[in-house]
Amino acid sequence: MHYISLAVETIFINNIVLAYFLGMCSFLACSKKVETSFGLGMAVICVLTLTVPFNWFIQTYFLRDGALAWTGIEALASLDLSFLNLICFIAVIASTVQLVEMVLDRFFPRLYTSLGIFLPLITVNCSILGGSLFMVERHYNFAESAVFGFSAGAGFALAIVSLAAVRKKIRYSQIPPGLQGLGMTMILTGLMSMAFMCFAGIDL
Amino acid sequence: MKFLLKQLHKQKHLFEPGGKLELLYPLYEAQETFLFTPDDVTKGPPHVRDGLDMKRAMIMVVIALIPPTLFAIYNAGHQYNVVNQVADATFLTHVIQGALIVLPIILVSYIVGGLLEVAFCIIRKHEVNEGFLVTGLLFPLTLPPTIPLWQVAVGIAFGVVIGKEIFGGTGFNVLNPALTARAFLFFAYPAQISGDQVWTKVADQSEVIEGFTGATPLAVAAAAPEGSSVIEVLNEAGFTLNSMATGLIGGSLAETAVWASLIGAVILILSGIGSWRIMAGGVIGLALCSTAMNMLPADSFSPFTQLPFHYHLVMGSAMFGLVYMATDPVSAAATNRGKWIYGTMIGVLIILIRVANPAYAEGVMLAILFMNVMAPMIDHYVVEAHVRKRRADIKARKVSHAQG
Repeated sequence: MHYISLAVETIFINNIVLAYFLGMCSFLACSKKVETSFGLGMAVICVLTLTVPFNWFIQTYFLRDGALAWTGIEALASLDLSFLNLICFIAVIASTVQLVEMVLDRFFPRLYTSLGIFLPLITVNCSILGGSLFMVERHYNFAESAVFGFSAGAGFALAIVSLAAVRKKIRYSQIPPGLQGLGMTMILTGLMSMAFMCFAGIDL
Repeated sequence: MKFLLKQLHKQKHLFEPGGKLELLYPLYEAQETFLFTPDDVTKGPPHVRDGLDMKRAMIMVVIALIPPTLFAIYNAGHQYNVVNQVADATFLTHVIQGALIVLPIILVSYIVGGLLEVAFCIIRKHEVNEGFLVTGLLFPLTLPPTIPLWQVAVGIAFGVVIGKEIFGGTGFNVLNPALTARAFLFFAYPAQISGDQVWTKVADQSEVIEGFTGATPLAVAAAAPEGSSVIEVLNEAGFTLNSMATGLIGGSLAETAVWASLIGAVILILSGIGSWRIMAGGVIGLALCSTAMNMLPADSFSPFTQLPFHYHLVMGSAMFGLVYMATDPVSAAATNRGKWIYGTMIGVLIILIRVANPAYAEGVMLAILFMNVMAPMIDHYVVEAHVRKRRADIKARKVSHAQG
């Protein structure tokens, strides 16, 4: 029950895109087509589900203050390596993205080409790193961080697919020239996060 | 009528390209098409003719809005007179007092929104559409009677510009403009649109009727103390199923008029403008979700979860929202199966927000806005599933053909 409420909370209430505004670049740029955005959403789910628990593992057993106590060596036990958090997390994320990229290239070549540059750019997608940093900040345990990673990705996927569907709908609108494209997408993002406010305040 | 048409056509040359008032052509066009079916022919086929074009459809919605509007006027005055203990109040004084409260709000909404709409039409050269008559009336009807008029102006300006005009006007918006306007006010100025003090106009705090708290039924139900029966709490506060359905209670202007919204629903469904699938889906979703809530163990959850669904239906703005807001053909799902999903989800979300979210007393506005955002996605996948099914059918037929 605890995990279900954590998942619901992460997908809807604290949606990583529409409540924290992380991962905006790919959210705005890859939402032109529903299929592409679905693919990107799946890739983000995949990367987040792998990286957050893995980073939890690294953080808990190597980087946290006193994490190395399990070695039994006194000098190591008092070591605080948490200044290495960022660089280690990014290294883990980069290698995971690399793996996902290879899998996509091998099995879904069409999706691979349509995602283009944004697939390797998942590495620097703020929502991915944000997921790991939230995990540290909120002191999740292993299972929680796995659930959190998956549902943060699912929240991203939900947001980007619904934005892509809305953008498909407004393709026929007569938007003023200055607002076409990115401008309109920004306003849509604002309106969407206003709609997502309906969940804000639910305490699970 | 002929005379009127002649007079109109006499003025036409002024507004045509090269005429003196060329810039104001949208205004002329609006006037002409409001009164008469236009005589120009569409540029390309198909030349389908139907008496019910978008203008007539929108006017039908305005007609369907008349019963709740009239009731809102009466109820606003009634509440004012009762709460402030006005001596010898009659039906007439109720109506006059109500008109004094409600009409300024509607007028401000129409004037400010109308001016913006016309300005956009002139600059962007598209038609002035009756869609605004709907938005401009729906929006004030969702406001509390005590709302400051400048907020009405700010709200409708946001709704018309950000909710509709930047998408290109009527028919292109993603969210319901009236609800966008209200949500904007709701988040920008929460003190004037939520809480217990805004739903009935109070002239002098020291002279209000005894026992008046101003709380709406939803607020009362949400605050029911643990271990109590929520229906008894409601009854004690003066809200019975009957009184809530009749609607002579405080609340947003038109939301309390459950039966008036039902009249509107009949008009909308008979004229084919409001989708009965969405309304039915909404009621079903609401009933299912609240019945599921009733199953929760009473002692470990708040008594609000035990409220039966027919109470939920008459409380707050569920009826008004489902009939007039959710069925907005532009922002709702367009496919039939999508409409069922869309409506049902609205019903479910209404209950979830009401019961599980302590931040908001009422969830109708936010539930509909959320589903407005999701509607294009629902449509996309409904169409996709349909295409896939048809493909599979064709394949199966080919196979059986080859075998046969």
